[in-house]
Amino acid sequence: MADIKRRQFDSLIIGAGGGGLRAALQLAQADASVAVVSKVFPTRSHTVAAQGGMNAALANVLPDNWHWHMFDTVKGSDYLGDQDAIEYMCRAAPKAVYELEHFGVPFSRLDNGSIYQRPFGGQSQNFGGEQAARTCAAADRTGHAILHSLYQQNIRAKTHFFDEYFAVDLLKDEEGQVLGALAFNIHDGEPVIIEAKTTLMATGGAGQLYRTTTNALINTGDGMAMALRAGVPLQDMEFFQFHPTGIAGHGMLITEGARGEGGYLVNADGERLMERYAPKAKDLASRDVVSRAIATEVREGRGCGDGNHVMLKLDHLGEDVIQKRLPGIRQTCITFLGIDPAEAPIPVFPTAHYTMGGIPTNRYGQVVVPVKDTPEEPVTGLYAAGECACVSVHGANRLGGNSLLDILVFGRAAANHIIEHLGEHRYHKPMDENSIEQAMQRLNRWQQTGEGESVSALRTELKAVMEEHCSVFRNEQVMRHGVEKIEALAKRLDDVRIGDQSNIFNTARVEALELENLMNCGLATMHSAYAREESRGAHSRIDFPERDDKQWMRHSLYSLENGLDYKPVRTKPISVDSFPPKPRVY
Amino acid sequence: MKFKIYRFNPDVDAKPYTQEYDVDVQPGMMLLAALLKIKDEQDETLSFRRSCGEGVCGSDGMNINGTNGLACVTPVAELKQPVEINPLPGIPVIRDLIVDMEQFYQNYRDVKPYLIVNDPMPEVELPQTPEQRERLDGLYECILCACCSTQCPSFWWNPDKFMGPAALLQASRFIEDSRDQATAERLADLEGPFKLFRCHTIMNCVEVCPKGLNPTKAIGNIKKRMVARTL
Repeated sequence: MADIKRRQFDSLIIGAGGGGLRAALQLAQADASVAVVSKVFPTRSHTVAAQGGMNAALANVLPDNWHWHMFDTVKGSDYLGDQDAIEYMCRAAPKAVYELEHFGVPFSRLDNGSIYQRPFGGQSQNFGGEQAARTCAAADRTGHAILHSLYQQNIRAKTHFFDEYFAVDLLKDEEGQVLGALAFNIHDGEPVIIEAKTTLMATGGAGQLYRTTTNALINTGDGMAMALRAGVPLQDMEFFQFHPTGIAGHGMLITEGARGEGGYLVNADGERLMERYAPKAKDLASRDVVSRAIATEVREGRGCGDGNHVMLKLDHLGEDVIQKRLPGIRQTCITFLGIDPAEAPIPVFPTAHYTMGGIPTNRYGQVVVPVKDTPEEPVTGLYAAGECACVSVHGANRLGGNSLLDILVFGRAAANHIIEHLGEHRYHKPMDENSIEQAMQRLNRWQQTGEGESVSALRTELKAVMEEHCSVFRNEQVMRHGVEKIEALAKRLDDVRIGDQSNIFNTARVEALELENLMNCGLATMHSAYAREESRGAHSRIDFPERDDKQWMRHSLYSLENGLDYKPVRTKPISVDSFPPKPRVY
Repeated sequence: MKFKIYRFNPDVDAKPYTQEYDVDVQPGMMLLAALLKIKDEQDETLSFRRSCGEGVCGSDGMNINGTNGLACVTPVAELKQPVEINPLPGIPVIRDLIVDMEQFYQNYRDVKPYLIVNDPMPEVELPQTPEQRERLDGLYECILCACCSTQCPSFWWNPDKFMGPAALLQASRFIEDSRDQATAERLADLEGPFKLFRCHTIMNCVEVCPKGLNPTKAIGNIKKRMVARTL
């Protein structure tokens, strides 16, 4: 493998969304040489699509403090979140927002000149009391504003970008220490070995597992699958969030901020349905709760139109509020539905949105794996942050506004730990040639020609299986069939061939590699879901309707070699008392 | 529905050609969905960039029946048949509908598209009134799709000298930001006959911007500030 081009950096970051760019900025400002590899130009990353905002207890609108935010997040996670990481995140949140503001993010403003905050689901004052207003917003384009500002600051800091390079697999030494990755330049197909003392995965989620999704086409779980293939198990993959308000049949996201600004859901009878499911929080209950409510309404025959959706009503807010606070979703509705939400309600249905599970890490962003009796032993040199990681701050259900916060807090935390690591590890180590060879094999496998199945056909089947067998409501039988089907699909991957063998911007090759990654994530999701015999957060079993803290207050770990394993939840926070599990009522 | 699509792969083609495709379109279908259908069902070699599918990431800018736009927010029902699809004009083609954006990005980087504050930062946010913040509306929403710059004749002629509407819109976004402390340098950087003043207010940029932004107005505002500064 001597002929493959090599580049050397202190630190490699795979993924140029908010998590990757926040980490890159921290590293570049600390004078570390940092390379960011991204399969798309950074501002095309999916962070750009985040709408409603980012949680932080700034108390600009209503009284607030980080401890209330922590309580809400633990409760929202259905007590599967790790409380040390949640405390860390909620305490760090205000600073993370102020930093972004200093980077140039054009947050919306209040009359006194401070950052605008809106109410979001699952937020309370005083540990479960009145609604809080904790979500800092730039209209309904907060992700766009943050991602562009972070990219801009990275331009200023002279970060090295490998734009439109596809990362294939992690590379290691003989002891298993991660020393970089194999990538290839999508423009000309040329492979490159990027040697780095640390590697941070920041590759986002796997929302393309589902047919109807709010996620971009690039969200194919690449980093999660790379970790799996490197022997790192994926954690809590059964917890996949369905956002209550995707545009029915299309999937485009309508921000929770629409309900935060005063919008509400109605069924075919014109009834404000959430009053029945969450008498206190109503439309601002947790996402899993609202999604189940909508799915139940439709299943019980109270759906609108053809019976397959409910309506999100915003017109009572008035055109001024909608144009000022929700201009992006207004435009989306006009473009895709021909409906102006200032005049008519929006048809919505729960839509695949967010991967709560991912690469297990501790609160420093270090990837952790079980070794003998230790459930969480750091993998030297390997880090993960953002949606591809599972810290876990979201547990079984993520609160709206906590994902932008997650990527920024843990992107920064990982970078800080990397800086420490770099101080102690000054030299690059030699790579194991076998590890390079394996990665090259994965890439070269797609040079096989001849008869075979197409990438698109298998991908279509995968998405249909996930949607049918691993959706909002689940049971033993449905998931048993799901496991059988997805195992069969995974076997068929070997028979897939691509006809396009050009080295120039070969998107067919990229899609083939993405399908492999999706398949790995699908296996992890389906197997983990089938095994968990309880209902918790987004994982809702009709045959096991209760949460079972005795048996199941533990994290799932799925690995390709050993299948399922479990580890305890970190229930002990850093400095405050634990929040013990309680019935979850909104 | 009939599509005539520009094809060119320098790996195998001596020169560009046009390929025709027939696609079964559904009501409400966007152009991106039609292109994905071609790629999935007819021809996996057809190459184009795409990501979010809802007009926020800026990947799928292309020339559609002579006008630049994003495929994902262009309903096929509004297009005259056969739909002629070409890469964004005036910049090098890498393959099919994929263009080399480097010059476009270079111009963007050249306007220092980041907030510059020289004073020590406060522990909290820099204050900004709602009115000051409103001045950024219509500027900060740019998605860097390059539809505007590659529809601009001034940019076609001098892409390395005239910044182009997208980069100038970004310049304006920071010049207008009440928090930024580099206004004088920013204005000085844009002096000379080309960088800013090659804009001849043809306004193609305004017509094609998929986000409804107005780069011509932004350019006019920069010019006004320059004049006010010299007076």
